[in-house]
Amino acid sequence: MARRWMRVLRTPLGLTTGVLVAAVVVLAIVAPILWGDRADAVDTDNILTGPSAEHWAGTDGLGRDIFFRSLVASRLSLELALVATVLGVVVGLLLGTAPLLVGRRLGRLVTAGVNIAVAFPGLLLALFFAVVFGVGATGAVLAIGLAGAPSFARLVQTLVAGVASLDYVSAARVAGVGRVRILLRHVLPNIAEPLVVNATLAAGGALLAFAGLSFLGLGVQQPSYDWGRLLFEGIGTIYVNPMAAFAPGLAVLIAGLAFNLFGESVAKGLGVTTVGGVPVLPANDAKRSGAGEDEHSTADAARPSPSDLVLDVQDLRVSFPGADGPIRPVRGVTFSVRHGEALGVVGESGSGKSLTALAVAQLIEEPGHVDAARLDFRGEDLREGPRAHRHLLGTSMAMVFQDPMTSFNPTRRMGGQLAEVAVHHQGMTRKQALARAVDRLRAVRVPDPEKRATQYPHEFSGGMRQRAMIGMGVMGNPSLIIADEPTTALDVTVQQQVLDLLQSIRDEDDVALVLISHDVTVVGEVCDRVLVMYAGRIVEDLPADQLDGGARHPYTRALVAAVPDMHTDLEQPLAVVPGRPVDPADVPVGCAFAARCPLADDHCRAVDPPLAPVGDGISVACWHAGEPLGLDEETGELMEAETV
Amino acid sequence: MGPVSGVLSHRWVRFAVRRLGRLLVSLAVLLTASFLMIHLIPGDPVRGALGPTAPAALVEARRESLGLNDPLWLQYWHYLQGVFTGDFGTSLTSQLPVSDIISQRLPATLTLAIIAFAVAVVVAVPLGVLMGVVTRRGRGRRSELAFTTTSVVLGTIPDFLIGVGLVYVFGVNLGWLPVAGNATPDAYVLPVIALAVGPAVILARIIRVEMVAVLEADFVRTARAKRLPSRTIYLGHALPNALTAALTICGLLLGSLVAGTVLVENVFAWPGLGRTIAQSILSKDYPVVQAIVLVYGIGVLLANTVVDIVLALLDPRSMIAED
Amino acid sequence: MSELRFDDVTVRYGTARRPFTAVDGVSLTVPAGQVVGLVGESGSGKSTLARAAVGLAPVHSGQILLDGEPVPRRGRVRPLQMVFQDPFSSLDPRMTIGESIAEPMPPGPSRAERKREVQRLLSLVHLDPVMAGALPGRLSGGQRQRAALARALAGQPKVVIADEITSALDVSIQGAVLNLVRELQRELGLSILFISHNLAVVRYVASHVAVMYQGQIVEQGPVSEVLVAPRHDYTRELLAAVPGSRPSPQAHPAATARSSS
Repeated sequence: MARRWMRVLRTPLGLTTGVLVAAVVVLAIVAPILWGDRADAVDTDNILTGPSAEHWAGTDGLGRDIFFRSLVASRLSLELALVATVLGVVVGLLLGTAPLLVGRRLGRLVTAGVNIAVAFPGLLLALFFAVVFGVGATGAVLAIGLAGAPSFARLVQTLVAGVASLDYVSAARVAGVGRVRILLRHVLPNIAEPLVVNATLAAGGALLAFAGLSFLGLGVQQPSYDWGRLLFEGIGTIYVNPMAAFAPGLAVLIAGLAFNLFGESVAKGLGVTTVGGVPVLPANDAKRSGAGEDEHSTADAARPSPSDLVLDVQDLRVSFPGADGPIRPVRGVTFSVRHGEALGVVGESGSGKSLTALAVAQLIEEPGHVDAARLDFRGEDLREGPRAHRHLLGTSMAMVFQDPMTSFNPTRRMGGQLAEVAVHHQGMTRKQALARAVDRLRAVRVPDPEKRATQYPHEFSGGMRQRAMIGMGVMGNPSLIIADEPTTALDVTVQQQVLDLLQSIRDEDDVALVLISHDVTVVGEVCDRVLVMYAGRIVEDLPADQLDGGARHPYTRALVAAVPDMHTDLEQPLAVVPGRPVDPADVPVGCAFAARCPLADDHCRAVDPPLAPVGDGISVACWHAGEPLGLDEETGELMEAETV
Repeated sequence: MGPVSGVLSHRWVRFAVRRLGRLLVSLAVLLTASFLMIHLIPGDPVRGALGPTAPAALVEARRESLGLNDPLWLQYWHYLQGVFTGDFGTSLTSQLPVSDIISQRLPATLTLAIIAFAVAVVVAVPLGVLMGVVTRRGRGRRSELAFTTTSVVLGTIPDFLIGVGLVYVFGVNLGWLPVAGNATPDAYVLPVIALAVGPAVILARIIRVEMVAVLEADFVRTARAKRLPSRTIYLGHALPNALTAALTICGLLLGSLVAGTVLVENVFAWPGLGRTIAQSILSKDYPVVQAIVLVYGIGVLLANTVVDIVLALLDPRSMIAED
Repeated sequence: MSELRFDDVTVRYGTARRPFTAVDGVSLTVPAGQVVGLVGESGSGKSTLARAAVGLAPVHSGQILLDGEPVPRRGRVRPLQMVFQDPFSSLDPRMTIGESIAEPMPPGPSRAERKREVQRLLSLVHLDPVMAGALPGRLSGGQRQRAALARALAGQPKVVIADEITSALDVSIQGAVLNLVRELQRELGLSILFISHNLAVVRYVASHVAVMYQGQIVEQGPVSEVLVAPRHDYTRELLAAVPGSRPSPQAHPAATARSSS
């Protein structure tokens, strides 16, 4: 945590404002000691004078030096602001954590009270309390402190509710940890950062609020003075000596800005998570792309004639700028899809399978960068940019995304969202397009499509939305559907219905499918051919019916054996791949899977194997493809067969 | 369409009932708080108002006429009766009916607040959308830094200080624009600017942040997958969603803008409620203070309610979102 | 070894005027030393039932009994422990793994004894004991889920409830956690209520299975009976939807590999 705060201080804005805050605090401590006498010295010969060499900001009605008074006033201004902030924060914390501590019913009452109070602006509350507590410093502190409490309470409530709903708090409750201890050990430490940041902002706000109250004459009273009081007096003489108002005004502004900007930069600094990792060395990269080219020349021989192909991708690469050089989550992917073919892409999270799909669909946005030796869709070169083939892509390539809950615009009716496609790409009128949308909803077996078209997405169930998403894809006449984890967010029974729907659409119009999934069993059931991705590369390309038993790559074999199905041998442990998936920001030299592979040797760790055909329609990127592999009887860890 | 509108209207009724309920509860709290205000003041408010030298008999007579000697519940009852019949009592200092003072002063404040809010929205929405598009997906780092820093600085400066600065530059130095009163249309310029700057930059910041967030949303990717023109994606898909999120904050902004009129009116000698309440607090004219606090409070509550209704029209989910 | 019994349990949420019954009169027994799999779609009430057992959801009517006694909901001794779905939110990011594991330990033992116990539990779930000093941020999903299992065991539970503990994990790691569950169950003789939406997973770890649908249990019995000869329509639908449920003649690739060596 300390390191993260230091990082904030290393940004220019964080450093400047941090130093400024420190300077204001130091000034508040030393100014009354150093200049207290000069600020109070009455000089009846120089009353209400303008700026001069002797009095930089002129003098007030008693001939006192306004510049020094402005410096000395920092003590009282800061003190009052801090006391008020502490008051607001403490009351806010008590109110905000009350729902957690006092039980549901009472908690709900407190929440309702805070919700009502927070609707009233702080200044109005401050005026109310200023009347109740009387005009003066004490009244103003109480007024500003209490006026800030509701919004702080609201913040604490939101933060507490966010943490309290997390599983680790549930786990602590299950473990029998008491409410107070949960608050102190689990909740408060995890909301401390935003609280500190907001308290800093509140201090800046309080400082300025005091100036406001004093400006109305409701704050600090004579003979005490804070910046607000000086400002109030200075404005009375603004035509005589503008500096009398400017000096304290500037002081309060600088102090208030210092606290606010510091708080903002801390908030920004703590909120940002940078992508760390080791830069990919250009030398390695050159070597890799060399290996990639070899792979093309061998793969090209077995390539079907281009006219059969819906999609033809060669050496596709995706990169993003990272903290330490570019991150390459997709590192040279080559594959093609024939008319009507169903191609599955499997891999773990971070394997680059979804980015491959997005790159093919031209949906990677800056700062992401897509690069390919060939990227042809229905014979058109997509590398010319998405605009060039807007209508082709809009009508011929359908996308289905993972989360049907978030993939529709929540503020627009379903029918309109489907109709848009036809309006923009097929030149239909809105009315024609809506009719087409209803027709397409019917085609994807959405019951009562006329009514459904007028509803909003939140009125659809997850399965229905995914159907509608597919319906949106078939507004045109797609020759390729790219489905990225289309059933992951759905229940198993619904999953089957959606997969069946995709199948029937393919059967009707000879549509090709690229199905991205983490689930080998789903892909094995739906697809003709499967690409297995690991760390941004294809490690195996094989017919789906070879998955179970015919796979050559140790990763593919482990993936299949790690997932239980309805035929798994109950006496055997499931296969375990030791270690963790590769971080795209830190891809090792050589074969990326080597660190987790029981067959790996020094050659594997040094040279990345190319994807090469090995017969049976299988291509594999492994130096030890098809070598026997064993399973530890105890732990299920994969091992070399000899040691079993 | 029949069953659909049936379901919709049912939902609308539930929403209206709940929203109205909250408004009524808030009003009750506000009425009670403003009533109790006088009773929470330590010491005798009448003695405070008339000063320590006033004869005891006068204080007692004034207390009697104000009903302060009645039991608390009876005073509360009379207070409620008064509020609902538009009778807020008489000013302690000017002896005028408080309702007259309010009806005289309210229009000036209301006009100022509404114009300033309209200006803030008109400036903030295009600015926020533009900045959101420019800085989406981590682009335009420099524009983002410049915008964020400027907006934090401008948002931090309190409206009355902006007002003082404007008075000095345009009134004292240049003499271009009037700095006091509301007699001429050009007198509105400076107070409106002073009031609108803060809400405008806050709103613009929120809209930018929301635009950036919405442009990352799955449904924007869907819109891009439909290969819609950029304009349609930004204005047709992203903006309504960014606005609904920004609108939730508009209620609070409008509220604080209403409260901000108190200070700004005092800078510009604006003949509105803000000047009156400041003077009344200092002269301890409690009936006037009480009534004005109530009026401000009602204004804030109504503003919040209107915002919620607009929100429900724009985003039907917000009707069922709460609980 | 203990038996966990749900006796006509109903869980209701919402207001009195608009109640929502999440669990509707469920009776279910987890026999001593057995693993009972609870399957059903999202919203079927299976997680709510689990949360009701450990006191995280209000029981409207019915009883939840541990060896015939009501499950204690107060105090430091909690014989019922739960492992949660998402290993990324079930460990406090600001507490070390050791501190998290020590939290449910019954009071009494000295600091040194607790530390030894943490080490023992970590090795029991195949984690390096030096991990005790690490923050969860440094662990992978699979390692976190093992740590969460260790924490549940630290409470010396008689019954463990595992709520979708593999569904947030990457496929290559899932297997390791399932192996661990089976191993712990065998070695410690734990009774486990294992909640999952995945029938194949339940088939692999459980001896009994209960199928939940719209808040009710529609079918329960030994895995070998329910999954082979389902009687309820919903169970049949569920079975038909399991991907790869088409019979495949091939044996396991790993097994093939072994036999060929």
